[in-house]
Formats: sequence, structure tokens, C-alpha cells
Amino acid sequence: MSNQPSANTPAGTAAKTASDPHLAPVNLKLTKEERIALFRTMMQIRRFEERSLRAYQAKKIGGFLHLYIGQESVAVGCCSLMGKHDHVITAYRDHGHAIAVGMGMNELMAELYGKATGCSKGKGGSMHFFAPDRNFWGGHGIVGGQIPLGTGLAYALKYKGLKGAVMAFMGDGAVNQGAVHEAYNLAALWSLPVIFVIENNGYSMGTSQERSSAGDLPTRAAGYDMAWDQCDGSNVYVVRAMMDKYLTRAREESKPAVVEIDTYRYRGHSVADPDNTYRLKAEVEEYRRTKDPIQVVQNMLMTDGVLTPADIEKIDQAARKEADDAAKFAEASPYPTVEDLQQDVYWEADHPDQRQSQGRLFFD
Amino acid sequence: MPEITYREAIRHALAEELERDANVVIMGEEVAQFNGAYKVTEGLLAKFGPKRIVDTPITEAGFIGTGIGASMLGLRPVMELMFWSFYSVAFDQILNNAANVRYMSGGLINCPIVIRGPANGGTNVGATHSHTPENVLANHPGVKVVVPATAYDAKGLLKSAIRDNDPVFFLENTILYGEKGEVPTAEYLIPLGLADVKRQGRDLTIVTYGRSVIHSLAAAEVLHKEHGVLVEVVDLRSIRPLDIDTVLKSVAKTHRVLIVEEQKPFASVGSQLAYMIQREAFDELDAPIHRVATVDAPAIYSPPVEVEQLPNPQRVIKAALEMLG
Ligand SMILES: Cc1ncc(C[n+]2csc(CCOP(=O)(O)OP(=O)(O)O)c2C)c(N)n1
Ligand SMILES: [Mg+2]
Repeated sequence: MSNQPSANTPAGTAAKTASDPHLAPVNLKLTKEERIALFRTMMQIRRFEERSLRAYQAKKIGGFLHLYIGQESVAVGCCSLMGKHDHVITAYRDHGHAIAVGMGMNELMAELYGKATGCSKGKGGSMHFFAPDRNFWGGHGIVGGQIPLGTGLAYALKYKGLKGAVMAFMGDGAVNQGAVHEAYNLAALWSLPVIFVIENNGYSMGTSQERSSAGDLPTRAAGYDMAWDQCDGSNVYVVRAMMDKYLTRAREESKPAVVEIDTYRYRGHSVADPDNTYRLKAEVEEYRRTKDPIQVVQNMLMTDGVLTPADIEKIDQAARKEADDAAKFAEASPYPTVEDLQQDVYWEADHPDQRQSQGRLFFD
Repeated sequence: MPEITYREAIRHALAEELERDANVVIMGEEVAQFNGAYKVTEGLLAKFGPKRIVDTPITEAGFIGTGIGASMLGLRPVMELMFWSFYSVAFDQILNNAANVRYMSGGLINCPIVIRGPANGGTNVGATHSHTPENVLANHPGVKVVVPATAYDAKGLLKSAIRDNDPVFFLENTILYGEKGEVPTAEYLIPLGLADVKRQGRDLTIVTYGRSVIHSLAAAEVLHKEHGVLVEVVDLRSIRPLDIDTVLKSVAKTHRVLIVEEQKPFASVGSQLAYMIQREAFDELDAPIHRVATVDAPAIYSPPVEVEQLPNPQRVIKAALEMLG
């Protein structure tokens, strides 16, 4: 994991993320129901991922499956702060963000199963979930390729004079892509309301951060005269406290930032990764034992008397059932047809009554 | 009708669409203060201001990707590539993101973006600056590709492109920028996907587009005057969507097809055309389809030799006469 640079802004004001996250205003103002909802959403993500892994093992799902288990607090913490004009875009490890923005398990599981009832009608798959109606712009398979798009979403917000911010998520491996640096420069140069969120789970596939990146990850922002920060992602309140600061700044002052959120993935890179070449099982166990994001928030809620063990059991059971039901829904759903192959390619072809162009759009 | 240059025609299309729709924004390297590397956007900054006419750094993947993202949220960015040749450094943004995002989202998203700029050889700038990627672009379902040959076509097609809800790639030509043509002052649109018969004939059909249209018309004139051959010249104008019907109609009239294109031969636009013509009009053909393309090598610098590497009237005349035996 990365070393711990102190928080910094170009102006040089050191502002360490609140050491007691409970005291951050954005957390103090949470109602009991809202605190439970954070926990519930994290639980839903975990149970969804576990269920989808079983479906994959049962050969119900093709291709890649990148699980978010261990990272739940990051997507949930960040997305819980979204207002009407805030937007999210991420990479292929996107199930957590999809659930965190409120997408339903049915449409997600059906997408994994390649069914017509999936969120992308079975055309995108695990790496390509989208819900523009929830300001969720995917789900992108090319490492780092989504970052210029997120910058463009922020450009459009600013152009239209809307008070919003974009959270553009990427992994610790993506930071070395050229397109990411191009986006950093544009965001800073044009003062765009975008927060580049590095979800640092320590590894890009089988390559540790130490073996892929020179120097610290968020400090690269300084080269672009951008604010940067870093926090421990295992505690959802810490994530919220840090993100609130930069989201508010982005919305109010249209300023970008780079933030690193330290987290960990428990499973292999994808389910095809046997996970026995680049890290020790003990490392995974240690994180799970001491920093599991669900355990962390659960303990706090119990200490605070917000939840009893029985309540937790109920929430867990409900999440398991929701995931099971989603698998049943996906199983029972129809596949897209061969005719569907050429739908959703061109806006114009999908709206023949409004077509302006002529000539052939498709070829054989 | 007033005569204006191809460059001015494009500029007028941009200005009219900027005027019409507040979501249209022009972005690119040197488009604003510098007035455009090829002066296409000259005067637009003064008229529309820096919010609408935006200079970008030299960061094609970054700014093209930014434009695509902005288009997903409803802007209509018109991005200038100083040369289409530079598309290679933004390939992922153009052909993974703009081309695929509608499909991968099951139709929830569309990208009403235009990427425009010159794509041609013939200016002695060597292999890195002389790419003609219309075949590569058109290979991607989800995108539209337009290559205008005249001032009139450039204006009408660009206005349609900007109003289009799909990504449209608009390939211009530095050698044509100064060419004048008649362009009406009244507003008009030319639909994408509509070919134009630029010269009527009965002995041979030349199917072509872009600057090769100009070469083909010059060749047709010589073939008529000196050889009594009547050549029909079909200008595709749009590669995708493709107006194959106009091509087939001409084939049914002349029964002979010569494709003229500024393309490397392998898997070119002409390869696709030849496949479609033989498939859909086999019985109409009296001779094998023939083609004049770029000589198959990277673009040479040497000025007199580059002329011979590209289609030119002499090469077209020679090929036509060979076909007519
Ligand atoms: C341009 C590109 N190169 C390589 C890959 C293959 N690949 C997919 S994910 C990945 C690792 C990325 O790691 P990171 O950015 O840390 O994200 P994480 O998987 O940890 O969430 C690699 C190499 C890809 N999808 N795209
Ligand atoms: Mg990683």
C-alpha cells in the first residue's frame, strides 16, 4: 500500500482528513436511517458479488468478472454524496458503483447472464454497466479510457452552468495511462469540476503498486497544480468526509482534484485469476480481519446502538435473498435475439421516424 | 450564386450552427486565437467568444475524449483535428468510446459529436501526416463518415453532421480548402448517405469521393474530348451511411465500374464497394471492376513522385482506357 502523504492543496494549506470521521459535518448530519442505508448498500454489493461468483462458477456468466469484494466502502461512501447534478464514471470493476447509485440487482445480474432484461440488454456485460438516468456513465473496459470521458462530463456541467461535480474512478494501475494525464491537465487548465478518484487496491492485475508506479499516486496532481488528498478507504465515514470536501469545492468553485482511496480486493483480479502468484493469502486474511469495510461500519453501528446483531442478520439475509432473486430473474429472462444485434448501434437507426440521413447504415 | 472557397463553406456551416444551437462548441488545437491551422475557423472567436470557440492543448486523446464525454451529456462539440492523421493518438477515445458507448449501454447513450479536419496526401508532408482513415473509421458500426469534394457539399453536409445524433467523422482536404464553388446564400442541408452524380455518362461509371472526384472529373473531360468516351462520375460524398443505390443505378446504365480513391488498396473503401457491386449487380457487369488507388506504400515525401503515388487524372485516364479496351 502507498505511504501516507499529508493532505495538500496548491495553496499549501495542510488539511488532514478528520481523524474522527464521525465529527465531519457530512457524517454528523446523517440520520439513523441514512447510516443504516450505507451499511445496507455495502452488504448488498457484497452479497451480489458473492452470488455472481457462484453463477460464474456454474457457467451462467461468460467473459470476465471483476469482483468488488473488499472495496464496498469506496463506491458507497462516494456515491452516497451525490446530488442532482453529480455524475459518476468508472472502469470495468463497476458492480459496486452501479449498486451504489441505485441500480437494481435484477438488471445487473441479468446483464451478467447476457439477458435482454439486463441494464444494457445483454450488450455490455460485466464491465459495461450504465444508467445515465442515475448519472452513472459506465462501466468502461479500457484501463484509463474513461477518464477523458469523465472530464468531458465535467466540461458539460460547467458549460451549462450546472452546480455539480463528476467523480471519475480508476484503479491504481490506470494512473500510468497517458489519457489519464491528458485529462488531469485539461481538468486543471480549464478548472473543471471533476474529482479523479484512484481506488488503490494495491494491485493492477498481478502487479503491485511498487512494481508499476514510480512515486506516490495522488501527488502527481501537484504537477498539474491540482489539489490532491488521500485517505483510508476501509471506513465509509472517512471516505465521505474526504470526498465531501472535494465535491463541495468542485460544485462551488469548479475545481478539480485527485484523491487516492486506499482499499483492498479480496478476490483475484478477475475470477479467472487463481490469485497465487503475486501476494500471500496471509495478506488477504490480515486485511479482512482488521479492515474489512463492512465489519468496520457494522462495529460502529453496533457500538453506537444503531443496530443490533439481529438487525444486521436481517439486513444480511435480505441482501442474500435479493441477490438470489436476481439470479432467478436473470435465469428466467430471455436472451437477446440475433435481430437485436443491430439495434442500439445508431441513434438514427433506432429512431427511423426521425431519420435524416439516407443510404445504408449496415453491411453484410 | 456566389462563389466561395471550400474553407469558407465549412466556416459558414460552423457559424450558422453555432448561431442556431447554443450547445454547439468548437474545440481543437489553434482553432481560436490562431484562427485555425488552416484558417477554417478564422474569425469565429471574435464573433462567438471563448466559451464557444475553445483552444485546446496538443492532447488529442484528452480533448477528443473530453468532447465525447461532453456530448454524452448533451453538448454538440465539433472537434477539429489539425490533421486526421493524428487520430491514431486518440484512437481509443474515437473508436472504443464514441463508436461503442451507445451499443454497450443498450441504447441509453448517444454521442452527438463531430470530429473534423483534413485527411489527405499530396502536400509533401510524408507518411505521418498523409493518412486517409475513412476505411478504418467506417469499419466501426456506430459511426458515420463523410468526405466532401466541393464547397457546396462541404457546407450542406457539415450542417447535417452537426445536427446528427450519432458521432460523425468529417474528412476534409487541405488541397481543396482554397477551391471555389457556387454556394447559395440561403440555408440548405445535404443529408448524409446521399451520393451525387457529378457528371452523366453512359460508357463507364467512376465511383469516387473526396479529392479523387476532382481528378475523375478532369479525366472524364479528357476521355470525352480526346477519346469520345462518356464517363459517369458518382461522388459518394458519404462513406457510411453509403448510398449504394445510386452506384447500382449507374452500373445498370454503363455496365463498367472504375473505382477511384485516395486509399491504400488493402481493405479500402473501394474493396467494400467492389464486393457490394459484384454481389448486387453481377449480371450488369460487362467487365471486372477496376480500381485506381494510392500506390501501396507509406506516403512518400518526394514531391514529383507523390503525385504519381496518388490518384491523378493521367492514372484515371489510363485505367479507363484499359478497361474500355
Ligand atoms: C488499455 C488496457 N490495457 C490492459 C488491460 C487489461 N487489464 C484489465 S484490468 C487491468 C489491471 C488494472 O488494474 P487497476 O487499474 O489497479 O484496477 P483494478 O483492477 O485493481 O480495479 C489490466 C492490465 C485493459 N483492459 N486495458
Ligand atoms: Mg488496482
